[in-house]
Amino acid sequence: MAANLRQLLVEPIVDKNPITLQILGICSALAVTTQLAPAIIMSIALTVVLIGSNVVISLIRHHMPGSIRIIIQMTIIASLVIVVDQILKAYAFELSKQLSVFVGLIITNCIVLGRAEAFATQNPPWPSLLDAVGHGAGYSAILVSVAAVRELFGAGTLLGHEILPLVKNGGWYEPNGLMLLAPGAFFIIGLMIWGIRTWRPKQKEAADFTIRDGHPEHG
Amino acid sequence: MEHYLSLFVRAVFVENLALSFFLGMCTFLAVSKQISTAIGLGVAVVLVQAITVPANNLVNTLLLREGALGWLGLPDVDLSFLGLIVYIGIIAAMVQILEMVLDRYFPALYLSLGIFLPLITVNCAILGGSLFMVERGYDFGESVVYGIGSGLGWALAIVALAGVREKLKYADVPAGLQGLGITFITAGLMALAFMSFSGVQL
Repeated sequence: MAANLRQLLVEPIVDKNPITLQILGICSALAVTTQLAPAIIMSIALTVVLIGSNVVISLIRHHMPGSIRIIIQMTIIASLVIVVDQILKAYAFELSKQLSVFVGLIITNCIVLGRAEAFATQNPPWPSLLDAVGHGAGYSAILVSVAAVRELFGAGTLLGHEILPLVKNGGWYEPNGLMLLAPGAFFIIGLMIWGIRTWRPKQKEAADFTIRDGHPEHG
Repeated sequence: MEHYLSLFVRAVFVENLALSFFLGMCTFLAVSKQISTAIGLGVAVVLVQAITVPANNLVNTLLLREGALGWLGLPDVDLSFLGLIVYIGIIAAMVQILEMVLDRYFPALYLSLGIFLPLITVNCAILGGSLFMVERGYDFGESVVYGIGSGLGWALAIVALAGVREKLKYADVPAGLQGLGITFITAGLMALAFMSFSGVQL
């Protein structure tokens, strides 16, 4: 049992990562990662909402009629997101402006609803909590690493501190503007998936269509 | 009129929901293996977006916005913090109603949209469209145009991606990039292409 619980916590970080393997919650991963600070805030916000929703839904799982469970789950998630959004507006107004609509979009983040539906409705609160922490960590790991790459190479800074001295400040680094644009995010996550799947070959997808060798002598 | 046209073009191409704001990515990447399913989903998104953005606009101006309850004699009430939960409720309700109307009057369309309609409730492109409408303060006319335009832009992007992916299966993709990885790279290249619209102003 203890090993199982540990698995719940650790597996989603690399082996069952919500973003790179389960294709969940990608929107925000791409959109808020131009800088490190908003990415960290977003990771915390999502993890908090995920933990809250998983625990609450798991607590009331025996009292939820199956036919209206989605609406109940959406209401719980939306309420949690409103709380997080209001807290951010109160204490981190600048960052909350930068995150714009993406905090609100945690409601429709597939990780939250997906975990509620797939895990919390069938498991007691404690495993659900661990599952939420694990998935939050997996999401955060990708978000923070993508943001670090984009901010470092796109602007030469990390959390606003200059790491690579820029040409315009008398240094040697010419920032790569592509990193800050939308396509850069796609490329980085694509390459990251390539890296992870080379490291963990189990995650590779089989080709739908294999190309036969053109040379007859190879058969 | 010109104003609406420029808003429309901007919503379809320049500010494409999928490729420049990354909204609705999960479905965008997961349901783009075949052109026919992509078209079904695209049509559903256009329909729902064209209904929910104006509906949420009305709710926002008449009920939620600061001072919106003036017609009830409550000019000091500001309910905008309830926005998120109300919008998602409206979207869920609209999708449900649309489903029933289609089932009753256009059964062929209903059957072809199938599972996509309910899925759309949790598509971030739909909620995102409404939130952008509120953030940018569109009026009712603008919200109709923006709803249709942003829906069309999303549909265009997913159909194009599905077209590329159908051809892509003949390509010799490295094993680790197969599937999700190469789809990301493809979407990135498409986003790059869509960026060339960014200077367009009507």
